[in-house]
Amino acid sequence: MSWLRPTRGPDPTRFRTIRYDLLKELTVALGVIGVVVLILSAFLSSPDVKPDTIQRWSQDDPVDFVTTASNELAGTSVSAQYGPPYNTGSGSVQSLGPLHPQEWAGVHQHVDSINQFVLDPLNKAAAGNPTLASAVATFVAAKSDQQTAWLDAYSKALPNATVKDGDVALPAGDFGPVAPMMKGLLAVARTGGLDGLLLSGAGTFYQTDYTSPLLFMGDGGHLSGLAKAQMLFGNQWGVMNETGRYPGQAWLWLYTLWYQIPPYNTASNADLLVVLTMGVLSLALLLVPFIPGLRDIPRWIPIHRLIWRRFYAEQRARRR
Amino acid sequence: MTASDPPELSGGDSAPSAGAAVTKRRNGGLTGAAAGWLERRLPISKLLPTRQPYYIGSWVYVFGVVTIAALAWVVASGVVLTFVGPQWWHVSSVGRFINSLHFWSVQLFFIFMVLHLWGQYWGAGWRDGRAPTWMVGVVIFLISVVTAFTGYISQQNLDAQWIAVNAKDAINSVGVGAFFNPLNFGQMYGLHVMLLPIAITLLVVLHVVQVRLRGVVAPLGATDPDLGDGLRGATRS
Repeated sequence: MSWLRPTRGPDPTRFRTIRYDLLKELTVALGVIGVVVLILSAFLSSPDVKPDTIQRWSQDDPVDFVTTASNELAGTSVSAQYGPPYNTGSGSVQSLGPLHPQEWAGVHQHVDSINQFVLDPLNKAAAGNPTLASAVATFVAAKSDQQTAWLDAYSKALPNATVKDGDVALPAGDFGPVAPMMKGLLAVARTGGLDGLLLSGAGTFYQTDYTSPLLFMGDGGHLSGLAKAQMLFGNQWGVMNETGRYPGQAWLWLYTLWYQIPPYNTASNADLLVVLTMGVLSLALLLVPFIPGLRDIPRWIPIHRLIWRRFYAEQRARRR
Repeated sequence: MTASDPPELSGGDSAPSAGAAVTKRRNGGLTGAAAGWLERRLPISKLLPTRQPYYIGSWVYVFGVVTIAALAWVVASGVVLTFVGPQWWHVSSVGRFINSLHFWSVQLFFIFMVLHLWGQYWGAGWRDGRAPTWMVGVVIFLISVVTAFTGYISQQNLDAQWIAVNAKDAINSVGVGAFFNPLNFGQMYGLHVMLLPIAITLLVVLHVVQVRLRGVVAPLGATDPDLGDGLRGATRS
């Protein structure tokens, strides 16, 4: 391959040379950057908005919490119907023509929102609470149609819910065991217990995987409300923003740009389209030296005349 | 060491020369071959030059070394944060300051890396056999983006939560989410403090060696008296 051959163009060693101290340059750069970083850190600090918690969510917006929890129990939430890599649903599966990479990869982090987000925590919380234990047992033992009827009735009543002393009050209806179950889950969440229960698993003590609580919180409206207030939404160019007035991942500007313009901003498979687009562009950047046209732009637009201004000036002077 | 070892291999090779390199290649096995290759291709005078072509007198050449300086600050502040743990900086004013050093040095690292990249693009820095140098540089840039992404997710604050919850959809859409889960703090943190920084550091070393190996590319259109004008304006690799 030609690019593996030794230098073919003008040999840098044939040009007139000047003194150059590489290590001195590096030392000076380390010092200058160090001073700039120290000044920026001392005067501007860094962003650190406290994380959202399920406890805070259940205390700030209990109706949204029980709405989300009942959707998880009904299997109608985004997470419940997501698809790979969490489950076999199809709600969030994206494809492009014959390309189905999300399905090809399969289910690797199994998420069962009914059990993981609601029934398992309730079973643990029901220890020593016969009323809650009975409600869970009744729900689990009921036929699917009956469960759906209770959940539908509960869901339809939620828009008229009121909050009293942190608890959710609903108009009368045939909610079966769903109402006491949601009341029980809300009570656990308000103490902070659900934050821990969604992290703990059978036989585990240490935990660093927050897939369950983050998916659960992502299904609700509290986390997204906090994010919107911090200008972190997608239509606010949120991926490259940071909380507060700090610079974020500004280098993701091109990635974020696609989400703002057609056809990406209206496509149901926008994520796949954007990632594929960025993949192609990254490959093009990598292969610039081999792509005719792209590699010729620096010759067509003579910005190099500014870069090597003194060199070209000297060349012109020599020709005269 | 045996009595039959040639003198070049028994301490007489302090002054590298083409002849010594050839002898090493012939008599020193794999190690000798490697040493001979290195001495021929990358003598210390190339690795740490004291003189350079006069056309490097441009601000564009500062961006590369400043990027490395910023990276050094990123790594140094990151090492301190790693030693104390990911939660320390949320509860300690000293920790917050160290985190700020990390945050701002990352910002400067990207600013100067992008300026360096643009500088090399407009100077067509891949010319004359330097395409691998360009490609390694682009790989460093792309890995740096992933490293910064895992860093933002490892912050353990609202920003980290929201980025993780949103980014999962893009990552899952291409099937990568099965193996790279932004909701898994342990995985993201491990990648951020260990594998990715090591990859960047090694590639930066390789990138610098590549630059030193071939020297700084001549200005576009510059000609060598011995080669004639055939290369004028060419931007091919």
